[in-house]
Amino acid sequence: MQQLSVAVIDARHASKQRLGEQLFKSATLLAAVLVLLLLGGVAVALLSGAWPALAQFKLGFLTREVWNPVTEKFGALAAIYGTLVTSLVAMLVAIPVSFGIAIFLTELCPAWLKRPVGIAVELLAAVPSIIYGIWGLFVFAPLLQRHLQPWLIEHVGSLPLVGGLFRGPPFGIGVLTAGLVLAIMVLPFISSVMRDVFETVPDVLKESAYGLGATTWEVIWKVVLPHARVGVVGGVMLGLGRALGETMAVTFVIGNAHRISGSLLAPGTTISASIANEFNEATGDLYNSSLIALGVLLFLITFTVIAAARFMLLRLERRALSSV
Amino acid sequence: MSRALSRKLTNFGALTLSSLATLVGLACLGAILWTLLKNGVSGLSVQVFTQMTPPPGSAGGLLNAIYGSVLMTAIGIVIGTPIGVLAGTYLAEYGRHARLSDVIRFVNDVLLSAPSIIVGLFVYEIVVVRMGHFSAIAGAFALAVIAIPVTVRTTEDMLSLVPQGMKDASTALGAYPWRTITSVIYPAARSGIVTGLLLAVARVSGETAPLLFTVVSNQFWTTDLNAEMANLPVVIYTYAQSPYKEWQQLAWTGALLITVAILLLSIAARVLVSALQPSGRGR
Amino acid sequence: MRSGGIPAILLAAAILLAPAVPAADISGAGATFPYPIYSKWADAYKKQTGIGLNYQSIGSGAGIKQIKAKTVTFGASDMPLKPDELKASGLVQFPMIIGGVVPVVNIKGVGPGQLTLDGATIASIYLGEITTWNDPRIKKLNPKLALPSTAIAPVYRAEGSGTNFLFTDYLSKQSAKFKDTIGAAASVQWPVGVGAKGNEGEANQTTQTDGAIGYVEYAYAKQNKMAYALMINKAGKAVAPSAESFQAAAGNGDWAHAEGYYLILTDQPGAASWPLTGASFILLYSTPPDVVASNAALKFFGWAYANGGKMASDLDYVPLPSSLVALVQKTWKTEIKSR
Repeated sequence: MQQLSVAVIDARHASKQRLGEQLFKSATLLAAVLVLLLLGGVAVALLSGAWPALAQFKLGFLTREVWNPVTEKFGALAAIYGTLVTSLVAMLVAIPVSFGIAIFLTELCPAWLKRPVGIAVELLAAVPSIIYGIWGLFVFAPLLQRHLQPWLIEHVGSLPLVGGLFRGPPFGIGVLTAGLVLAIMVLPFISSVMRDVFETVPDVLKESAYGLGATTWEVIWKVVLPHARVGVVGGVMLGLGRALGETMAVTFVIGNAHRISGSLLAPGTTISASIANEFNEATGDLYNSSLIALGVLLFLITFTVIAAARFMLLRLERRALSSV
Repeated sequence: MSRALSRKLTNFGALTLSSLATLVGLACLGAILWTLLKNGVSGLSVQVFTQMTPPPGSAGGLLNAIYGSVLMTAIGIVIGTPIGVLAGTYLAEYGRHARLSDVIRFVNDVLLSAPSIIVGLFVYEIVVVRMGHFSAIAGAFALAVIAIPVTVRTTEDMLSLVPQGMKDASTALGAYPWRTITSVIYPAARSGIVTGLLLAVARVSGETAPLLFTVVSNQFWTTDLNAEMANLPVVIYTYAQSPYKEWQQLAWTGALLITVAILLLSIAARVLVSALQPSGRGR
Repeated sequence: MRSGGIPAILLAAAILLAPAVPAADISGAGATFPYPIYSKWADAYKKQTGIGLNYQSIGSGAGIKQIKAKTVTFGASDMPLKPDELKASGLVQFPMIIGGVVPVVNIKGVGPGQLTLDGATIASIYLGEITTWNDPRIKKLNPKLALPSTAIAPVYRAEGSGTNFLFTDYLSKQSAKFKDTIGAAASVQWPVGVGAKGNEGEANQTTQTDGAIGYVEYAYAKQNKMAYALMINKAGKAVAPSAESFQAAAGNGDWAHAEGYYLILTDQPGAASWPLTGASFILLYSTPPDVVASNAALKFFGWAYANGGKMASDLDYVPLPSSLVALVQKTWKTEIKSR
């Protein structure tokens, strides 16, 4: 009889377990699908808000520089240009600097210093973006206006090819300043990923190279970096994604001009800065809709960057596996 | 120049540059923190924590803004964390090798890197426009949307760190996967999941753009979720651009408060991670 | 088990606390220009009567959207709505407070009140036609001032704002070319110059850039002791920005004949009038969906008209002249349903 009751208990227990399994499994699947739905929802909501503008301007929205709320003619070209240029400047500055920091932390830094310096660099990522904006406007921009920009205008502005990039009055704020602030913002992301990846390189590989008489730099450039290629690309893409979408830091220092200028010292605008600056005061359905259309464009740009990064990583991984 | 010498010089040059780069990075951090401290500390007083945001020309504090930020962050995390943890569990356990998981991971990466202003616009369109007005619940919802991808990622990473042996032992004892997950894996990855939570909190605490379009702010004290509520980022945003000295001072002090809170959270998360990190990840 | 405990307690506490604190009775949203004075009045009113006023300075555009959607009791806009738009939405509009926009410059050797400009000249500067400070057109207005050959760096407001609207409206009245090329709105496309964020940002940018010209609210110029310019008004006189010159412009405005109080105070006649004056407006429903709330709002505005003058002047705003207040209160009686 005892055995019978145990069997009954077991059977009930088992069916409760099965039910629990079904519920839990469905819950996790539901949550996972919700993530998909979230993206879909964002896309749909933005597209429906942007529709009036897109229907009105069609492809011209992408190719026209005009942004006139009075005549209600809107084109995203200046914003797209600004977004791409500021991110490019940010990457050009941040990648070498992050690389340098990663090298320092993995190869040069004495062990007792590694932890604090590492934490300090990553604390840059913890500073909220609005702080970057305020700091950029009240401290960094005046600094650039008084020292860096006049120097650039005088010495680089007159050079043949590169000179065109550094012309115009020293406003302090502008595309270059925004790019530099972005560079400081994405620095911790790229450098921490690079550093993590550098540390996964097996010591054996490095020691063999040292054993053959390579200098530290040669080991890094010829052994560590190729091995860590995949992660480095991932880190760079992460930083790029961040730079493209950054709003608050850029809004304060970009100078909000819907114009395309050849000079980096000129003011410009980015997609997120335009939305942040103009959304609340925008009157008129077409104006509102054009701002949301800018949002759609930004979304597409970040989407493309991430997809490209994924694709590149896949190819690099495959190549790395096949070459081993 | 002999080859040996040029190689030595290149090495020296490269290493010096990388040290300089680190100094630059540290200098920037120092500059920002210094500015924050210099401008924010002078406004620190008990008043900041006990009085409401003042009208211009009067002294006051940030109590309603602090409360609003804490409340909306809390609600956002309460909404977002369970979803993120469950989704991360799916990716790490049930659907580890499924095709769907690859798609979900990609989509999660997109959401993770999505500019927060897009999230703000999204919540504006589906919540604010529908409700007809701004509200704290819309703001909390926007924060939840930002927190979910962070939590999914960290949960998946942390759960996959749990040794396969533990999972196998549990299965061998006859446990269904859900029992294994809830009784074995979650406790084992507990500190990792808490780390994810801290990172999510740190991430959403500093966000301004999404709150700007969903909850805006409020001059007075309110606990009504259905109305606008004060919050630190938007108050800082508004006050920093104003001409009133008291407001500007509060903006810097508020900025200092947020930064310190987020720094502490990030350090706590980091400490937790290195405490739990086994030797398996090549570190 | 999972760390949802503390937030859950907070949430429960919030829900429990909610009925204990009375919610603000009067809700309004809109213009950023009068936000400081509205919040000051609200604070004083609450101290006196216990009734709260929750004003969201989300921008005139957003404020108009909110009142049209009937989600707030009143809307506030720096730009008045046209009479037909008022009729179509059933709204009543009236001015609440007056302020001025002041052009400021940063030229070596030029102090506050030393430079004189007029609308046509400023329009040409912002169109990019006048590029240096020693241009003959500026010299003509300032025969006794030594002007350097520094390049002019025009600064404008980056985000949409009522200040922009006032400035561009005045320049459009003074220069047909400005009107055609740029136009008058809260947000326009500027052909030259750099945009700075907020009054503070614009003030900063102007004081830091040599040769800059910008335009800021009077409060800013005064509090930061900026080098403001005198303006030649409609009567041909050079006036300085001050509470008196703003009041003169407001007083000279033909409010009695302005349907729906649609009157933009830029370029008003009168020897002492400041040309860049503007009023900020309130929008209420003629047949309010919530009569109690509407009456409470009107009571607040009446209180502000009667008691808020000193507070306004302290913050460098200008209260409405009493003749205008009388007109407005008559409009309330005739056009806004109170039961």
